[in-house]
Amino acid sequence: MNGAKILIKSLLKESVEVIFGYPGGSVLPLFDALYDAPLKFILVRHEQAAAHAADGYARSTGKVGVCLATSGPGATNLTTGIATAYMDSIPIVAITGQVKTTLIGNDAFQEADMVGISRSITKYNYLVKDVQRLAPTIKEAFYIASTGRPGPVLIDVPVDVQMKEAEFVYPDTVELRTYKPTYAGHPGQIKRAAKLIASSKAPVIFAGGGVILSGAHQELRTLAEKIEAPVTCTLMGLGGFPGTHRLFLGMPGMHGTIAANMAITNADLIVAVGCRFDDRVTGKISEFAPKARVVHIDIDPTSISKNIKVDIPIVGDAKTVLRELIPEVKKLEDRTDWLQQVEQNKKKHPLAYKKSSEGKIKPQQVIEELWEQTRGEAMVTTEVGQNQMWAAQYYKYDYPRRFISSGGLGTMGYGFPAAIGAKIGNPDKIVVDIAGDGSIQMNIQELATVAAYNIGVKVFILNNTYLGMVRQWQELFYQKRYSGTPLKNPDFIKVAEGYGVKGLRATKENQIVKTVKEALEYDGPVFVDFCVEEEENVFPMVPAGEAINRMIGGMA
Amino acid sequence: MRTHTIQALVENKFGVLARVASLFSARGYNIQSLAVGETLDPTVSCMTMVAQAEDEQILEQIKKQLNKLIDVITVVDLTKKEHADRELLLLKYEVPPQKKEAFMEMKDRFSARLVSEREASYILELAADSQGVKEFIEASKEFKVTELVRTGKIAIGK
Repeated sequence: MNGAKILIKSLLKESVEVIFGYPGGSVLPLFDALYDAPLKFILVRHEQAAAHAADGYARSTGKVGVCLATSGPGATNLTTGIATAYMDSIPIVAITGQVKTTLIGNDAFQEADMVGISRSITKYNYLVKDVQRLAPTIKEAFYIASTGRPGPVLIDVPVDVQMKEAEFVYPDTVELRTYKPTYAGHPGQIKRAAKLIASSKAPVIFAGGGVILSGAHQELRTLAEKIEAPVTCTLMGLGGFPGTHRLFLGMPGMHGTIAANMAITNADLIVAVGCRFDDRVTGKISEFAPKARVVHIDIDPTSISKNIKVDIPIVGDAKTVLRELIPEVKKLEDRTDWLQQVEQNKKKHPLAYKKSSEGKIKPQQVIEELWEQTRGEAMVTTEVGQNQMWAAQYYKYDYPRRFISSGGLGTMGYGFPAAIGAKIGNPDKIVVDIAGDGSIQMNIQELATVAAYNIGVKVFILNNTYLGMVRQWQELFYQKRYSGTPLKNPDFIKVAEGYGVKGLRATKENQIVKTVKEALEYDGPVFVDFCVEEEENVFPMVPAGEAINRMIGGMA
Repeated sequence: MRTHTIQALVENKFGVLARVASLFSARGYNIQSLAVGETLDPTVSCMTMVAQAEDEQILEQIKKQLNKLIDVITVVDLTKKEHADRELLLLKYEVPPQKKEAFMEMKDRFSARLVSEREASYILELAADSQGVKEFIEASKEFKVTELVRTGKIAIGK
């Protein structure tokens, strides 16, 4: 059989159910093989959306997402999506067509050096020059993408390799002498960590995306309840610990809760699980958790002691290490005072906003209403900016893989295609993209995709007629000089209807309940234009470079 | 500023050098010298890199990142270990006849080897450690050096 058929058959061996992609000259043999393959193919309207959809599929299901594009511009259009997945450690396999092997390096039509371009945004990448290597390469790619610290893998396949004949032999196992991720933690380190945890008077558990990726949410909860420690989840870790749990503090960092940031600042111990201490979370490094010793569990040794000094590093998989750690913790210090202090901060400084005196919609209200009506059960994707922060703050995520957002790269235009991927992977779940009027226009062409396949995602546009987060910074730090941030928007209902998608609008506070209900009850995709308070800000906020306990706003 | 000699055993295949080099460049670090060659096992190459670190923490990161690369088998920082190192140097000189005796005397003093002699043009070869190389280049300035090429440092743990 030819290379194209070998490739498709290999994907089937990896239990791939769906490919998001876009055709072109260098992938014609592949599309021919796809024509009658037992695989769902979703034709997006821009390759970037294919990568984001594969990513949303991966985040929501825990499986590897697959996207496919042609050589040159098709492949370069994938790069933002690949970089997004890379920054958040999401397993996707991107397959790109390439010009004929004999033309590589000749500036051929639609040629781009994808292995070179994607080197710094993939966990690994391949150029397959020999059809015999195709099946083993795919096996390896899925293995690398999904093990250790997951990440995107790109496979560049020249069109002549897709046409060459070879026998199909799929390897059963992968043996890489150079790649052996550590899953079990070092027993000595675990014992030391357990001792430190037992003797701590003011511990905080600090959970990141690693908890979700390794499926360690149950273990995390067991640990938190056993050691009576409050838990803060980073943006990537939301849902790793129940958002409605009494020990949950909310998110830390720049737009975190006061309770979380104060707890970190006053803690004598931070138990960090599957996180990398991003600058948006730490604020001023020298004043981050100044009194705390730090236990850091992460599968990637390069994440440990990168930004903050760690006292007890444990390299390993979050779930495996927590399982080993929990029974080791014995005889706890009394934590009543600490928990009281934390509880007081939670009560004194809840997330808060003022209702509009003119009956305008506050964006936070929309998200609170969505939480009410979905009983916290929806999958929420976000774009980037204020919409993302409000979605992180005001929807309470009780389960993992329900909050899907571009944390590391901060990619506007992510949420809508990611919602498509999530809905394809979870057809029975309610999937809502919380969007801004700026972000949604970065991949608005995907209205055609949801219309064509009747993919029932709900897009809630928090339309404030600004690039809101940048405007907020301009208001606070640039004397309200709104440079490049006011938006002249299209009529979103007409745009949706033009694509054959239902459009709704709400402009008054008293329309929120009804509009959310109508959107959720409608069978099919819906675009909802919530015209919200124009200059609402995301609070609390830590100004860039400040210590996280110096927050402004949000003290209602 | 401290000079580090880092040695990595890597898969002997295309693209590996670029992956390793881009780890340094992405952090604004210059690789001062780099030597790559096949080992006894033809599927494995040995890379010896010399880099200067202003910030030891960043260098630690680079070493961890090197280890994380899928094509890298092992990474050793030889700076912290007893090791022998050598660099190979080729120099081309123009030496007038009246200075030839002094030139040959210098060559012998450094145990350099005469590779070619064509009229007044001479090529010398020297294999030495960093200090030896430095001293030899200094001494060579007595003569007219028309060209200098050198390999990166290679090193071996004791």
